Amino acid sequence: MSDKDLDLTTEVSSEADVTRLGRSGPKPDHERTADEDVDIVDWERVASTADFAALVQARARFLIPATIFFLVYYFALLILVGFFPDLMSTPVPGLGPVNLAYLFAISQFAMVGFVTWAYLRAAKNFDAIATKIRDDALSNRSEAKP
Amino acid sequence: MTGALWLFLTFVAVTLMITWWSARQSKGASAYFAAGRRIKAWQNGLAIAGDYMSAASFLGIAGLIALKGYDGFMYSVGFLVAYLTVLLIVAEPLRNSGKFTMADVLAYRLKARPVRAMAALSTLIVTTFYMIAQMVGAGSLVKLLLPGVSYELAVIGVGVLMIVYVVFGGMLATTWVQITKAILLLAGSVLLSVLVMAQFGYSLGNFFDAVSEVTWVDPKTGREITQNFLQPGLAFKGTIGAIDLISLGLALVLGTAGLPHILIRFYTVPDAKTARMSVVWAMLAIGAFYLMTTFFGFGAATLLTPANIPDQNMSAPLLALHLGGELFFAFISAVAFATILAVVAGLTISASTSFAHDFYTNVIHHGRERSPGEEVRVARIAAFVVGATAILLAIGLRSTNVAFLVGLAFAVAASANLPPMVLALFWKRFNTAGACWGLGVGLTSSILLILLSPSIMGTDGSALIAGEPIFPLRNPGIVSVPLGFAAAILGTLLSREHHAEDKFAEFTVRANTGLGAEKATHG
Repeated sequence: MSDKDLDLTTEVSSEADVTRLGRSGPKPDHERTADEDVDIVDWERVASTADFAALVQARARFLIPATIFFLVYYFALLILVGFFPDLMSTPVPGLGPVNLAYLFAISQFAMVGFVTWAYLRAAKNFDAIATKIRDDALSNRSEAKP
Repeated sequence: MTGALWLFLTFVAVTLMITWWSARQSKGASAYFAAGRRIKAWQNGLAIAGDYMSAASFLGIAGLIALKGYDGFMYSVGFLVAYLTVLLIVAEPLRNSGKFTMADVLAYRLKARPVRAMAALSTLIVTTFYMIAQMVGAGSLVKLLLPGVSYELAVIGVGVLMIVYVVFGGMLATTWVQITKAILLLAGSVLLSVLVMAQFGYSLGNFFDAVSEVTWVDPKTGREITQNFLQPGLAFKGTIGAIDLISLGLALVLGTAGLPHILIRFYTVPDAKTARMSVVWAMLAIGAFYLMTTFFGFGAATLLTPANIPDQNMSAPLLALHLGGELFFAFISAVAFATILAVVAGLTISASTSFAHDFYTNVIHHGRERSPGEEVRVARIAAFVVGATAILLAIGLRSTNVAFLVGLAFAVAASANLPPMVLALFWKRFNTAGACWGLGVGLTSSILLILLSPSIMGTDGSALIAGEPIFPLRNPGIVSVPLGFAAAILGTLLSREHHAEDKFAEFTVRANTGLGAEKATHG
């Protein structure tokens, strides 16, 4: 029987699904451990480049404040609504019966939109640095091993 | 209601045909997916949305808002905000490093066998909790369509049918099925929302005026009640209620990033940028849907009033019956049923393959199948066991809100899965002991606290365990999430694994830059 016959993935799930069952061939890429993976570049060297440090720093500089911001904004709603339901029931002037609690809850949707927009903007910069690191690492490799 | 039943069956048949057709359409391209993984961002985004929006979102939240008003809306907000955690923290490192399950992330630089075993166990448990909610929803739906049938029979019948269909039909877990379902669910919600607003002359002012003064006669006491449904505190009362709400929020916002059937969705996209954009598309679909829960949730509260909602999980179909007659009722019920079936399919496949592959073959048999097809047989048995467990528990939890039940699955995922995954991504020192401790303590503490909580323990006879509840909160997250993190950190600090630390440089380079993840496309 060929390997194709033994792959019974289609019987339990689709071919595009993640874990192929009944496979007798080699492990798929995503299941490889660090020891089984092919070292396409010198990882330690890439990790010590200035570009890589800049990428990690740039990501941290955005992600840490952004994560803190959205968690604080979200838990502020839960704390205010949970502990001060009467205060949060105050109607918002000009919005009829709509109260602070509902307005704050709806503003969470806007907050999610805002953080997502800011992240997409910042990520352009991350992508540029990451592409440079990838290109440098791969071209260094071909010089080293012609 | 036999007319509605036939219409319902027709709609379900049409839905299944659409999904079958769309799965067939993608078949020719499946070799292409597996090689290049060129699913587009919007397609993967809708598939994520399809996998995510379950019975809990549609039936559960509508019911909670219809009975408890504003507090139910907190689920809508939490389910959406949770996607920021997925977007900012897990999606890109996962796709970049080429890892698609929690087990893959942990096994990469830690010892593969123990962490795969624990991860498979955790996946099985989270999935079972998630499945209970789907079974309760399906059972209630069938009971509503066939009033002569008992709830127990409805759950067993529909549950067994769904599991048999998923296990032997198989194809349902494809990306296209989830996309079809997401579009159907969004369309159903838009229709329902428009019909609700038509009752208020399409005026938000009139709508909220009505929501702030809902009057009904309590069928038990015969007294007239007037309630402002925009007021917080109807479900989460007092200090304990406030802590419970924060506990729920913690589970939702941290649990989504630990849901096995969501994480594997990043497998189908070519690179981190597409993974990022697919989360954004998912957020658009999910955000639009949860905004609409305002209309069909509060709409059910004002138009039906709590007096006419005998089963809270059925308020959306009942609202459809009230607004659009039997035809619309049958349509909305079919959408709900398709939603449940698609989620059950995704869950069954992630649980059973994880067990068969990660636990049975990789851990017990060291990665070798002893006979052809053995893994598939084990996966089928695992699917039936998960299904049967969920059905039995669903019978015991019949009157429980399905959004709340899904919240418990999120709590287990947030306590057990998230801490090891985040630490593996960002902490060099993290090791196998830390991962196993974190998973073990997160699992046991969250499950134990659920068992001791008022949702399982009670003195009124309908509870699963008789006795005064020992743990006062319904949502365990506020205790079990910090315990999961503490155990993972403590386990790490008490042992040393130099091999894992040596491989951290490689892992962070891969996770941050995507170097080496594009092997599949570059040959």
